[in-house]
Amino acid sequence: MLRKISVLTTLAVFLLFAGQNAVAEDKVLKMSTTTSTQASGLLDLLLPEFKNDTGIDVKVIAKGTGAAIRDGVDGNVDVIFVHAKSREEKFVADGYGTKRYPVMHNDFVIIGPAADPVGIKGMSDAGKALAKIAGQGAVFVSRGDDSGTHTKEQFLWKQSGVELVEKSQTIMKKGKQTEVKYLAPAGSEAWYMSIGQGMGKTITFAEEKQGYTMSDRGTYIKFKYGKTPAVELEVLTEGGDDLANPYGIIPVNPAKHPYVKNDLAMEFVTWITSEKGQKMIGDYRLEGKQLFYPDAK
Amino acid sequence: MDLLFDSVSSAFILLLSFDRELLEIVLVSLNVSFAATIIASVIGIPSGFLIAHSTFAGKRIVLTMLNTLLALPTVVIGLLVYSFVSRRAILGPLDLLYTQKAIVIGQVILIIPVITTLTIAAISRLDQRYRMTALTLGANRVQMAVVIMKEAKYGICAAVIAAFGRVIAEVGISMMLGGNVKGFTRTMTTAMALEYDKGEFVLAVALGITLMTFALVINALFHFFQGRTHSESV
Repeated sequence: MLRKISVLTTLAVFLLFAGQNAVAEDKVLKMSTTTSTQASGLLDLLLPEFKNDTGIDVKVIAKGTGAAIRDGVDGNVDVIFVHAKSREEKFVADGYGTKRYPVMHNDFVIIGPAADPVGIKGMSDAGKALAKIAGQGAVFVSRGDDSGTHTKEQFLWKQSGVELVEKSQTIMKKGKQTEVKYLAPAGSEAWYMSIGQGMGKTITFAEEKQGYTMSDRGTYIKFKYGKTPAVELEVLTEGGDDLANPYGIIPVNPAKHPYVKNDLAMEFVTWITSEKGQKMIGDYRLEGKQLFYPDAK
Repeated sequence: MDLLFDSVSSAFILLLSFDRELLEIVLVSLNVSFAATIIASVIGIPSGFLIAHSTFAGKRIVLTMLNTLLALPTVVIGLLVYSFVSRRAILGPLDLLYTQKAIVIGQVILIIPVITTLTIAAISRLDQRYRMTALTLGANRVQMAVVIMKEAKYGICAAVIAAFGRVIAEVGISMMLGGNVKGFTRTMTTAMALEYDKGEFVLAVALGITLMTFALVINALFHFFQGRTHSESV
């Protein structure tokens, strides 16, 4: 009996080590990114090429920006690739990331029914467009999920001059009371729909309710030209400076989480900001349209 | 450990401060779940009764079908109803999608099999002698049905409770057909899914604890009534 146990134990220990070795040998990089990056299809083009060049497999976990950053804070991933510049900078400033590397940008658009009852077609100032929507109480669908796009939307509402209310909920964090805050136009219960879902769902929702919403251009193109039945919503407001959407990549700080694979993360950063990576990003076409503009020098 | 402690204390803060947003969410959840449970009971209990008390060719097939429907994924029901109520579909003009009504429709479909099968089980368990005695005492069909229902009410109550538990904890249908619109169709479960997506785990677990608290209160009430009726019948 005793011998049996010791044999089994030896076997178990052996398997454990063998398992660990296998993991150590595999070059796997874990990356949290946003649903819009994943949905654009760009990663499906970049990652196989990256694997070709370096032998590194990238495991992609797509979430809202809030949750993607949270993954970085918790050390669940080795690198994050998101688009909410102010929050990325805070992530680095708080010591969770080593440095933010600019990668590329695309832009946001305000979309709505082709009939455009509010009359924002052709405008480029997103703040003014939102003010018009609010002024007429037209249905506006908000991501409301604390994502990069939602962060941008809240920023634009601030620019719009519409009166905003901040609602907050008190919760405990690390034994201390903190507030979770939400921003919404004042008196907007009837028309401002905060649905807390991803970009695709939000576009579908706006289509169903024939309302307005803000989307990144990539997801919109996918729903407009790459899907049957296509959404009928049209781009109404675009091109303003406020609508730019920069993407950054940040390796998780090994000083906070010693087990993160900083070397692999840096290899990916170097590759994606290299001439080759940047060219692939600039050459990427979705339904015949350029989506991303390279930003790395 | 931090997460658990923070979540429990956050749940207390939210509950004790009668947080307006939380109350709104809880009300939507209860509203939808009660409506679905009541409608499904009205349909499911009589169907269960009829199936249990009739003999027809293919009864076993019907039973097998019903049992299979217990495993119907919420996402499938969500998609099915969606394809009827979306703007370009047959029922599009009714503007049902992303309303509480749409959630209720989906949830009713979800729990009719639960209530029906459990009602059948409750009735089938009863001693045949109840039926026989009622018949020999000259009961007509309706009177016999009443007698059987009275005897089986403990089991039928359990069926309704199980169904209620299923809908209040359900997330797929609520998300797909309700759309998680704040103040209109945001239920406790979709709110939890959202807080998880946002990375606000503390709030998500706090909402979970709140949901369990309400479930406990409601089940305690059920149990109270059930217990009383049970002792009366003994």
